[in-house]
Amino acid sequence: MAINQARKLGLLGQNILGLKFSFDIELRYGAGAFVCGEETALIHSMEGLRGEPSFKPPFPSVSGYRGKPTNVNNVETFANIPVIINQGAEWFASIGTEKSKGTKVFALAGKINNVGLIEVPMGITLREIIYEIGGGIKDGKKFKAVQTGGPSGGCLTEKHLDTRIDYDNLVEVGSMMGSGGMIVLDEDDCMVSVAKFYLDFIVEESCGKCTPCRIGNKRLYEILEKITQGNGTMEDLERLKNLSAVIKDTSLCGLGQTSPNPVLSTLTNFWDEYLEHVTLKKCRAGQCKALLHYDIDPDICVGCTACKRCCPVNAITGDKKQAHIINQDICIKCGACEEKCAFDAISVKLEKRIHTEHGND
Amino acid sequence: MEMIKLTIDNKIVEVEKGTTILKAARKIGIDIPTLCYFELCDMKIENKPGGCRICVVEINGRKNLAPSCITEATEGMVVNTHNIRVLNARRTVVKLMISDHPFDCLVCAKSGNCELQTIATKFGIRDIPYKGEKSTYRKDTSPSIIRDIDKCIMCRRCEMMCNEVQTVGALSAVNRGFKSVVAPAFEMDLEKSPCTYCGQCVSVCPTGALTEVDHSNDVLRALSDSKKTVIVQTAPAVRAALGEEFGLEPGTSVTGKMVAALRRLGFKYVFDTNFAADLTIMEEGTELLGRLNRHLSGDSSVKLPMLTSCCPGWVNFFEHNFSDLLDIPSTAKSPQQMFGAIAKSYFADKIGVKRNDMVVVSIMPCLAKKYECQREEFKVDGNPDVDFSLSTRELAQFIKQANIDFLDLPDEDFDNPLGESSGAGVIFGNTGGVIEAACRTAYELHTGKTLEKVDFEALRGMDGIRSATIDFDGLPLNIGIAHGLANARILLNEVRAGKSNYHAIEIMACPGGCIGGGGQPFHHGNSELLKKRASVLYQEDTNKTLRKSHQNPHIIKLYEDFLGEPCGHKSHKLLHTKYFDKSDEVSIHE
Repeated sequence: MAINQARKLGLLGQNILGLKFSFDIELRYGAGAFVCGEETALIHSMEGLRGEPSFKPPFPSVSGYRGKPTNVNNVETFANIPVIINQGAEWFASIGTEKSKGTKVFALAGKINNVGLIEVPMGITLREIIYEIGGGIKDGKKFKAVQTGGPSGGCLTEKHLDTRIDYDNLVEVGSMMGSGGMIVLDEDDCMVSVAKFYLDFIVEESCGKCTPCRIGNKRLYEILEKITQGNGTMEDLERLKNLSAVIKDTSLCGLGQTSPNPVLSTLTNFWDEYLEHVTLKKCRAGQCKALLHYDIDPDICVGCTACKRCCPVNAITGDKKQAHIINQDICIKCGACEEKCAFDAISVKLEKRIHTEHGND
Repeated sequence: MEMIKLTIDNKIVEVEKGTTILKAARKIGIDIPTLCYFELCDMKIENKPGGCRICVVEINGRKNLAPSCITEATEGMVVNTHNIRVLNARRTVVKLMISDHPFDCLVCAKSGNCELQTIATKFGIRDIPYKGEKSTYRKDTSPSIIRDIDKCIMCRRCEMMCNEVQTVGALSAVNRGFKSVVAPAFEMDLEKSPCTYCGQCVSVCPTGALTEVDHSNDVLRALSDSKKTVIVQTAPAVRAALGEEFGLEPGTSVTGKMVAALRRLGFKYVFDTNFAADLTIMEEGTELLGRLNRHLSGDSSVKLPMLTSCCPGWVNFFEHNFSDLLDIPSTAKSPQQMFGAIAKSYFADKIGVKRNDMVVVSIMPCLAKKYECQREEFKVDGNPDVDFSLSTRELAQFIKQANIDFLDLPDEDFDNPLGESSGAGVIFGNTGGVIEAACRTAYELHTGKTLEKVDFEALRGMDGIRSATIDFDGLPLNIGIAHGLANARILLNEVRAGKSNYHAIEIMACPGGCIGGGGQPFHHGNSELLKKRASVLYQEDTNKTLRKSHQNPHIIKLYEDFLGEPCGHKSHKLLHTKYFDKSDEVSIHE
């Protein structure tokens, strides 16, 4: 609509503003691939080719769309231009830090009271965003981490809360500005699962052109899966580190070069949680279902059979008015029984159940 | 030419500006391993997607490792090709690749010739710590090519060959992430795709993802059947490359040993496709002169230029893409099929063997020949003129299996009558060779004069598109030559647009002609090797006293005893064919 209006006003099209200069804008819609945020991939998809990046140089500003010099910018950058034109560059530069001028839009989400899009001056601290703008953590829970930069950003912790946010500082602490995503995590979030969640997305969205990103991220995901299943070993943790470093070091484009960030930043900042998963087979956040089990306290259970009747997989046995038992081999840890129990006889235990009720391994 | 200096592994090297680190390193004897990178420099064929990441190196001052195959060297650059960081990255990448590759090396058609295997060996990979899902796909078999893309490593060489060099567009990357693989659109069967079976994808595939359909067992079965008379024909390009499979220097002619080996394998008669090439010249040359004369006398119904039709990949290509021009290729069958037709008629009668008891095997540098011999129009009551076509590689394998010490074999001669050939027949294997052979005969038939200088140097060379005007005693004959189907497409588009002034065009699908065919020993990107193969054929031509097809005494006798005259009634029935509109097969329907 804006384009049509601009055309009517003579701001776009042939001989704009009555000058010899012609300028027009055409919008093209992408098919929705994450990797097409990489500029060469975006250009290739516009050219009708497979949306995958190519080696730079040549940079798009030298040879881009159909070999012509091409300027690739984000919507946010373009949105800044009218403001800068109207208010002046000096005004814009007066906001922000020395190296990162102006404002930045973040998509604030997660376990936080006020979610939504925020525009803040560069140089603001995470603490200001989370506790002042965001209104603190939901339900009075404890802040654990904030994931910034989209799927290939990193997780920052309490010690980073007073970091002034700009492009360089975020990279320095192991994350990035990226898409401007900001997801707040609390004590109920398992950091291994968080890393796995992002890797799952990366595996789906890698274009598949280069080996480290195509196969490496898949293997990273599989190792994380193994750890959350309670089958991880110390060697797996070493593998995670090495593989992440190699993927960063050898991948073709920005996607692969940053894709291990969720793993690396959680390994750095939440090493203890990884260790717990691997050595104690414990997930402190209770997110890794394979690492917890439901238990019925025989002293409290009155044998009302409510849990037995609601169990979707018939894992609970026991006669009326007798303490019931959960068969751990069958239990899918859905938690329905715990919710149903009127006597609080059923509770979650945060470790992997090694021996089942039937005595077998 | 601006020169720059850089340091690689503490050695200073001076190179032209624009040179890649890989080439700069190779200049001083540092061989950085590569996998997706591929080049046939004389033919301007290159594949540099920068995708495999095997060739990464460390550059001082750069944050991450750089792929040496596409990173340009710059003045003062300091490169390390093998420190711990680089080696660890490279080994990890190879391990990742193998972690998504079948472990069936023992039974893989490419074992021993697989570039991934070579790199794994070189790096001493002993274990794969990454045990996870492997990508699995449907195995796809066509008449010529087998796709086992579980083994695809996404080097994209085949895609480059199919799209850029051949403009066939049968193969491209599909899916994304871990599932990405090179396949026909919508993962349809290759047989239903626009594939021409040229086999160039197979000839560059570094692994066993693309291989040929192997007919050796069928041949072995026929050879062991006492009721069958099994005869063999060998294409010209085979003798120029077969030796490579036995460790001989590229460019070594092994005609005599090849004949000896085929005899020891049990073939009753060992004949030469070159004989049929001479026959092709008689037919195609006569057809050209006929069309030319009618054209010159003002018959506007005659279409020129005439296109050669020896190459089955090329025939498939124009049936798919230029079905509006089906009346311009020569109707002459390819030498393989002419041979089969004559063998199962004239020769079978001569030795008193029934058609169905004769098995004709061809040894070809080509994979499209496997498809060609299965075409319905080349069968009589379901019995094909040529029963099985083996590639040069399959023949080598066959010889090795039979414990024949190839290098120790004496030189033997082909059998007659279908084994005698002229030098003109030999050069059929090179780009430009068919048209040169045709010119030798057409000149003499047209002018009635003796051609003194039979070497048409103007028609030779490796440029993708070449043209020359040959003086036919006052009649300037414009000749066009293209090898590689992208080049063919350029010439054909000119014809379609009415902008072509050629009288005749020779087209071969494979770069270099048959010497670079999809069934030849793997050249691994060595274009010098292709040139050496070409020189073998030109040398063999030069060494012959008989250098013009129409002077081949057995050809003359064949016409006297059996065929009558070139392009006559019997020739038409046995030696000519027609083409089909297959444009449907290349347009995608719902």
